[in-house]
Amino acid sequence: MSSSNSYSKSQARKSIPFWRDERVLKAAAQVISAIIVIGAVIWVGVNVLEAANQRGLSLGFDFINDPAGFPISESVIPYDDSYTFGTAFMVGLLNTLKVSIIGIFLATILGTIIGLARLSTNWIVNKIALAYIELHRNVPLLVLLFIWYFAVFNKLPPAKESLELPGPIYLNQRGLYLSWPRLTETGGVFAISLLVGLIVAIIVWIYLRRLRERSGRSTYFAGVSFAVMLVSAVLGLALSAWQPLWIDIPVFEGFNFTGGLRLTPEFGALLVGLVMYTAAFIAEVVRAGIQAVNLGQMEAAKAVGLKPMQTLGLVIIPQAMRVIIPPLISQTLNLTKNSSLALAIGYADLFNVGRIMINQAGRAVPVFSMVMATYLVLSLFTSLILNIYNRKIQISERSE
Amino acid sequence: MTDAGNTKPASAKIRPPSPLRPIVWVRRNLFNNWFNSVLTLLALGSIYFIGRAVLEWAFFTADWRPVTHNPILYLVGQYPRDQLWRVGASLLLVSFLTGMSWGKWQGIMRSFALLLGIGLAILGMIPAGGQLGSLAVRVFFLINLPTIFLGYLLGSRKFVTGGWVLGGWLISFLLIPFLLRGTGEGTILPTVETSMWGGLLVTLILAVGGILLSFPLGVLLALGRRSSLPVIKIFSIGFIEGIRGVPLVTILFMSSIILALFLPPELRIDRLVRALIGMTIFSAAYTAENVRGGLQAVPLGQVEAAKAVGLNNFQTTFLIVLPQALRAVIPAIVGQFISLFKDTTLAIIVAINELLNIGKSILQSDVEFLQLQFEVFIFVAAVFWVLSYLMSFASRRLETALGVGER
Repeated sequence: MSSSNSYSKSQARKSIPFWRDERVLKAAAQVISAIIVIGAVIWVGVNVLEAANQRGLSLGFDFINDPAGFPISESVIPYDDSYTFGTAFMVGLLNTLKVSIIGIFLATILGTIIGLARLSTNWIVNKIALAYIELHRNVPLLVLLFIWYFAVFNKLPPAKESLELPGPIYLNQRGLYLSWPRLTETGGVFAISLLVGLIVAIIVWIYLRRLRERSGRSTYFAGVSFAVMLVSAVLGLALSAWQPLWIDIPVFEGFNFTGGLRLTPEFGALLVGLVMYTAAFIAEVVRAGIQAVNLGQMEAAKAVGLKPMQTLGLVIIPQAMRVIIPPLISQTLNLTKNSSLALAIGYADLFNVGRIMINQAGRAVPVFSMVMATYLVLSLFTSLILNIYNRKIQISERSE
Repeated sequence: MTDAGNTKPASAKIRPPSPLRPIVWVRRNLFNNWFNSVLTLLALGSIYFIGRAVLEWAFFTADWRPVTHNPILYLVGQYPRDQLWRVGASLLLVSFLTGMSWGKWQGIMRSFALLLGIGLAILGMIPAGGQLGSLAVRVFFLINLPTIFLGYLLGSRKFVTGGWVLGGWLISFLLIPFLLRGTGEGTILPTVETSMWGGLLVTLILAVGGILLSFPLGVLLALGRRSSLPVIKIFSIGFIEGIRGVPLVTILFMSSIILALFLPPELRIDRLVRALIGMTIFSAAYTAENVRGGLQAVPLGQVEAAKAVGLNNFQTTFLIVLPQALRAVIPAIVGQFISLFKDTTLAIIVAINELLNIGKSILQSDVEFLQLQFEVFIFVAAVFWVLSYLMSFASRRLETALGVGER
């Protein structure tokens, strides 16, 4: 390559005209495309400024500190319509994060179960899993959300005639009311001691396990870690006067329930729809990942005398994970982005709040760029974290 | 086990294993240990109860009137009824070309043509109310069947080359929007504003239009991303990752509402076209990533060989690399088409009357329908399910036919 290049270079000086000189052409192509792209951006910018001047729109971000003046139906942080636009935006972002994080967690569990069911030797279980997957993958998510919201959650009985499930859990038009454990005044001590116990247990687990791998002796890492957890839990209980938690039970008063943990129908429908839809895709990812592990690996593990659980945990899963993680990353990203469909059923997520802010503040361009930038950062951040994890578990091939 | 297989003569391979007797099959597949037995019983029990409930609901409880009342709304929305022949003519054109492609290329196009024929025959014969039940509309659907066959006969002739058929498709894609939109008042084709279009027609326009328009853009972006020229590479990466990082809803919202601010006021773009632009931009970024996968699969030796026989960069890319890369990514593109087809429902957010939105407005068209959300949305889901499932089924057959993933 290099020799032919130097040959053509020496030739170029004499015979090749500049319009056929590769270096000139390459530079020209770049300059021209840069001019086109930058020109388009400038043209759009000028138009935006002009439109903004004509219609009296402002492009600044100074409205962030103005009172928002609109209510949001649910919020993780304290909020009412006297709070600022900035707070409203945060409320939307936190709602998006809430539904995404819980959704990713549940979808991974459900997807793994269905993926394993798909590999079951039991013919019926296998086919049920297949039916679930095909049923969800070929229907638009928005239609599923509509079914869940308009045809299921909105059709629940009114508060007076709530469905009562054991727990007690109440289900009615206004949402799902759960009995929820809450910390008492001394509960903080209990929580801290549990947390400390967990951290110590993990450290002990890792240390003893390494020790076993190095020395080959049994170190009972699982048992010791469990004991650490147990001791810290009992200690925490004793310190909090044996009353760390109280159960907040929803009670029907007047026209509605008070107390307990309330999930709105919008949140419920969005969560159920997203989880069930994404689980179908994750199931296929999990199935493909496990099937990708060579059968010989399992036979080899048996041959060296590993027990079935060890085979699964030490041989199959670590190898399957390498195949599973990259598509799983894109599924979690999809779920986060798909949560923007919340708009169609009225859950106050980032996009929905952004849309209301555009109407309220009259600043389409700044608000919209904030929304887009936030999604972009979320996506890039998630994929960055998962890619780092991915790099850690991939096979380190021989270097070249 | 493998040893035994190796030592046996080849004839052992040819003879298929004798089919298991049903009772043995059941014991091996459903009751081989206690855990599986419990699972089987549980599964059978739940299938029985759920299945019974579903069937009872579908045949006795459910009120299907919002679906059967005027099904043509789901097909074309508010398209003026006296101009329906234009939609019909477009359909005839597609039928004819599908028939021609069947005659020309067989394989996948054959299944596609047969599916289209069966679908239209069903539409022509189902008992339905409203205009769909009228004789004229039924006859129109049924005329498509001989049209497909006519196309097939023509397409299987020797003198009809693949270029003709492709050209036919290209012309029809240009012709159909023109035919549907019309040429203006007083002419033979009075203008039908796109706000009157709706239903499956709009869903298909958004999906097919989106994938066709995004394809060339996606290929260029993929080439740009792999380019050795840093400026072009950076722009391509920025575009692709930027679009892939945000939800489609935001892009649709931007192309429909914010774009009006970006463009000079004299440049007014039709609402449906704006949604289509959003779909195209979104789809292009994903097409680019698919195509990039195909480009990476082309061995470097191909490029070197092309250079060695004296092809220039342009020729190498378009005659050697791209044809091989695109062949490898056709299944991925079909998969992306299916997801774009499903994603057209998001156009509801910018008030486009696609299939789902039609369903929603039918619910509000009559007081008696207000509470029948389940029936309508299940019907819409079923339509999407059938079409997507058939497409993914076809794409699996396509993969086998192309021999992708085989050596």
